[in-house]
Amino acid sequence: MTHLHDDKIKELEEKAAQIRKDTIESVINAKSGHIAGPLDMADIFTLMYFHVLKHDPKNPDWPERDRLVLSNGHICPVQYATLAHAGYFPVSELKTLRQLGTRLQGHPHRTALPGLETTSGPLGSGLSQSVGMAIAARMDGLHSYIFCLMSDGEHQAGQTWEAVMLAGREKLWNLVAIMDRNNIQIDGMTEDILPLEPIREKYEAFNWHVIEANGHDFGEMHSAIEQAKVIHEKPTMIIAHTIAGQGVEFMERKFPWHSKAFKPEEAKQALHELRTLGGKIKSEHE
Amino acid sequence: MDLHNLIEIKAIVINPKAKLVENILELEKLEQVPTRNGYGEGLVEVGKKNPNVVVLCADLTESTRSEAFRKEFPERFVEMGVAEQNMASVASGMNAMGKIPYISSYAMFSPGRNWEQLRTTVCYNERHVIVGGAHAGVSVGPDGATHQAIEDIAITRVIANMTVVVPCDQHEARKATIVVADLEGPVYLRFAREKTPVFTTFDTPFEVGKAEILFETKGKPDVAIIACGPLVHNAILAAAELEKNGIKVRVINNHTVKPMDEKTIVQAAYDAGAFVTVEEHQINGGMGSAVAEVITRNFPVPIEFIGVQNRFGESGSPNELIKHFGMAPEHIVKAAKKAIRRK
Ligand SMILES: Cc1ncc(C[n+]2csc(CCOP(=O)(O)OP(=O)(O)O)c2C)c(N)n1
Ligand SMILES: [Mg+2]
Repeated sequence: MTHLHDDKIKELEEKAAQIRKDTIESVINAKSGHIAGPLDMADIFTLMYFHVLKHDPKNPDWPERDRLVLSNGHICPVQYATLAHAGYFPVSELKTLRQLGTRLQGHPHRTALPGLETTSGPLGSGLSQSVGMAIAARMDGLHSYIFCLMSDGEHQAGQTWEAVMLAGREKLWNLVAIMDRNNIQIDGMTEDILPLEPIREKYEAFNWHVIEANGHDFGEMHSAIEQAKVIHEKPTMIIAHTIAGQGVEFMERKFPWHSKAFKPEEAKQALHELRTLGGKIKSEHE
Repeated sequence: MDLHNLIEIKAIVINPKAKLVENILELEKLEQVPTRNGYGEGLVEVGKKNPNVVVLCADLTESTRSEAFRKEFPERFVEMGVAEQNMASVASGMNAMGKIPYISSYAMFSPGRNWEQLRTTVCYNERHVIVGGAHAGVSVGPDGATHQAIEDIAITRVIANMTVVVPCDQHEARKATIVVADLEGPVYLRFAREKTPVFTTFDTPFEVGKAEILFETKGKPDVAIIACGPLVHNAILAAAELEKNGIKVRVINNHTVKPMDEKTIVQAAYDAGAFVTVEEHQINGGMGSAVAEVITRNFPVPIEFIGVQNRFGESGSPNELIKHFGMAPEHIVKAAKKAIRRK
């Protein structure tokens, strides 16, 4: 199994810091949008688009690419920032998030923007689509991986489990799901609202391979993905343990920051924290 | 009805271009086959023509007539289990990879239960997925209201870009199933459970978005009957009856509810000046409502709506239910006279 070199990890950390900052700026600028999830998934998005995925921003429809399906569409600000940094469209376009005429819709719309594999927002349907892609890829002998990024909250949706069950039966080795296990949802903590645990055992019971990893540790996440790729008789679920709102201390682990309009002071504070994290990043909102 | 009289009428009024069966007015002589059978035959044919066609079914493979495709192309058939929401989105994902999925279930569950998945992951996501909804209408019969989809036309036609086709018999169902593979975007095909008269033929023209005149009196019609699905045959029987009473009628098979053949419909409004719409569906939001939307914008005429009037279905035999809910030929005759009076 290949390990990430320290240089690569450092490079990814810097990229992630930039992406966090651009994510938050775009949400502040839009005056609405989701925050906690995008921040805690910034590291995973960075790892995917800057190391894991077989993709070509100049040729987004390349048939042999890996697919990254974002099921919890509400965290799209971080996907937009990542796609922009990866070269799918200009970073300056992030300013248009949620505005009339934008390609950066409040929830991602596939045909509006290059790089998106699907339209999402209503929770619980991304895994089904990924299963469909994985089945079709297998029918055609296509060696692409289908990665499905999911939230923990959407595991309360029945459709998610319909898809989990089918993927298990089909033994979809080319399907890798990654769960943002940040423990929050809108009304509170997942375990208070409608408990998901024991989530690992649930997946195992449905005939999935399960790996748990620290979603903010590039090395750990990378090994988990490498392992998932060599499991040949089962789909894999990587439970990525994350800290909701990661990177901005006053938001961390706090469910009200799922989605919330920033007060000017909060915006300033958030950007300040993200700036000092990366060190050399400038912000136009300072 | 007096047979001699009927043949005479037929000679005058059946549109020869429609290439309908000989004995169209003699119900006892017509072959009776469910439209879902045409779906099953169409699936196999389109599967042979197009290697990208795949069929998904939610534990109703026999009764949706997807069985023949499964036998012929087992590697292109995916059993979904009782999971219609998953089925809609799995189909979306398969189309993303170039497949043309047909998803089979009862209309009550697909597009009923999985409506939002169809809207978001198929329609808004611009995926070419074909929803085959069997067992639509009250003629499902003894299973009762839980299984009688009478809202499905409304909930599909309201979604932007969705094509909605309601075939009138086995032949039309087969043709529709085959040709929609070549369309773009989402399609809903509506089928019935019960055996119904086969009154079109292999040669009857069928084109999505093109309504067909099946019955046309010489001279200017007094009323036009716009129907879809197996009730088109009741509309023809009603027209023959009206004809006997000296009322001139045009019957239109309006199989494509969306996109509607506005030209044919508006022309009929202009020519006839009064409409009866006929469908085995709630009158709220169904094919008749769609017709009303078209003509109020273009050439308003009085309309009487034959369909289910804001109720749920119930158990019974199919024919009993069609009568019970006011969709038999005699009801259409009455509605036509009323529409004419309202001119
Ligand atoms: C089917 C559906 N129901 C409700 C919503 C509204 N909604 C948006 S995000 C969310 C849940 C948040 O939990 P999670 O997905 O874990 O998001 P996080 O706060 O961790 O980003 C809900 C209920 C939705 N998008 N889809
Ligand atoms: Mg969460």
